Amino acid sequence: MDESAVIQVERLTRRYGTRPGYEAVRGIDFSVRRGELFALLGTNGAGKTSTLEVLEGLAQPTSGTVRVLGKDPYRDRRTVRPRIGIMLQDRGFAADLTVAETIKMWTGTLSTPRPAGEILELVELTTRANVRVRQLSGGERQRLSLGLAIAGQPDLLFLDEPTAGLDPEHRQHTWQLISRLLDSGTTVLLTTHYLAEAAELADRLAIMHHGRIVGLGTPAEIAAIRPARISFHLPVGTTLPELPEVVAKVNGTGVVLNTEDLQSTLTLLLDWAARHELRLADLTARPASLEEAFLAIAESDQGAAA
Amino acid sequence: MTSLAWSEAVLLRRNPLAVLIAIGLPIGVVLGLRSSAELMSAVAADPGVAIVITVTAVSLNLFVYYNLVTALVARREDLVLKRLRAGEATDVQILAGTAAPSVAIAWGQAVLAGLTSAVLFGLPVPVNLLLVVLALVLGSLVFVLLATATTTLTSSVELAQLTTTPMLLIPLTFSGLYFPLADLPAPLEQLALLLPLTPVVELLRLGLSGTTADGSTVDLAGSFAPAVQPVLVLLAWVVMGGLATRRWFRWEPRR
Repeated sequence: MDESAVIQVERLTRRYGTRPGYEAVRGIDFSVRRGELFALLGTNGAGKTSTLEVLEGLAQPTSGTVRVLGKDPYRDRRTVRPRIGIMLQDRGFAADLTVAETIKMWTGTLSTPRPAGEILELVELTTRANVRVRQLSGGERQRLSLGLAIAGQPDLLFLDEPTAGLDPEHRQHTWQLISRLLDSGTTVLLTTHYLAEAAELADRLAIMHHGRIVGLGTPAEIAAIRPARISFHLPVGTTLPELPEVVAKVNGTGVVLNTEDLQSTLTLLLDWAARHELRLADLTARPASLEEAFLAIAESDQGAAA
Repeated sequence: MTSLAWSEAVLLRRNPLAVLIAIGLPIGVVLGLRSSAELMSAVAADPGVAIVITVTAVSLNLFVYYNLVTALVARREDLVLKRLRAGEATDVQILAGTAAPSVAIAWGQAVLAGLTSAVLFGLPVPVNLLLVVLALVLGSLVFVLLATATTTLTSSVELAQLTTTPMLLIPLTFSGLYFPLADLPAPLEQLALLLPLTPVVELLRLGLSGTTADGSTVDLAGSFAPAVQPVLVLLAWVVMGGLATRRWFRWEPRR
């Protein structure tokens, strides 16, 4: 048992309909530690939302156990809910209420609400307070949704695609807000399609595919399942040296090397170039990105068969 | 819950159709009754009592029921109910908060009808005020629960016009407001007494003027015994509506 775990999931499954039905979540295990940002990634239909709904206490698991803040989020709703914040996507508002009225309605249901003015400021909607939700842009509704999720000063925040539909400026701002919440000790579990953001901000992440977790770790650990890549242009008339454990692709003068050990391969390559006094034009070397790892997992049928 | 009731009241005020019905319904009822002495005497001997009974019954059946079905379906389809369920409010609080403004308006209309009638026609002193209150409270609960149950058959706000029609027409027609139920063949009369609105009208008649179903007049002491059956019928509707809601009520749109 991980004592610092805020969320603990063991052998969770979720099935819709009766036999044979559709198994959306097929036995997953993971835990989220206090104060970390944990990202749940996956293709559409991978089971992210089905998992999230169980963690949020909106649905019961078919089998397996889930602990949120040490309690059953479904049965102990009454004690868990005041400590968590759930951000649904940009829907779920009455179109004819204004932003301020929507916040007033929501905070009236909470046990420890933030002041409405503070919520408006945090999600940058102060100037839109008296505008009806009907007239808001998708991005503004998204921010209002985030505002409601943090309105109860939660210890644990669930964010479903918090930056979807936001322009770059507001996306940046949203991430700053999430960072500040993390700094103040809030634990965050989020789903996102923006892998670069997940790579930069998540402490750890899980990749789901066909109802299973097929990758779990820090962004760097996950990315490391794919080889690093070196690319350059070979001077005319030269041939590549022997490089152990490297997959080389040569296309005219263009060369791409895939290697599990970036430093060794790069050392050998640069040594060889120095000895022959060669200039390798457009030389780049980088580890695999999270996106590459994600795509490799999503495209592999291993994920489905594992 | 109060914040939910408040926001629902704001939404109701911003819905022109609901406002029109809320204002037009009691006026229409009074004008209708005034236009036909026959209709008026079918409801009650005293014109003031007739107005109070009719306004109350029509408000509960038409305004509370219809308005709540459309409101709940609209909130469900907009995912407002789903969002509220992701918060701290309990299911009962969410439903009660949504229903509160409609019920408050119906009660307001009943009280206003009483005051207006008292001023214009002179209202007799009610025989048993407890039965009047009971009619209002139980009647409201019945039509709120019938509304929540009806939403399970209503997949869009537009469809509400169709799905609410049976509950809008049948109980009112056989409530004893349009014609004395004694005019019906005996089996039908018995059936009419089991509908959700008829016991409300019965209790109001008993409470306001001491008139029993067979037309005799009773005093305070004699008004309790004839009230038992209508109260039981209303309680049965509460249980049925409650069970149906619990079993079938959907908090999000069908996927």
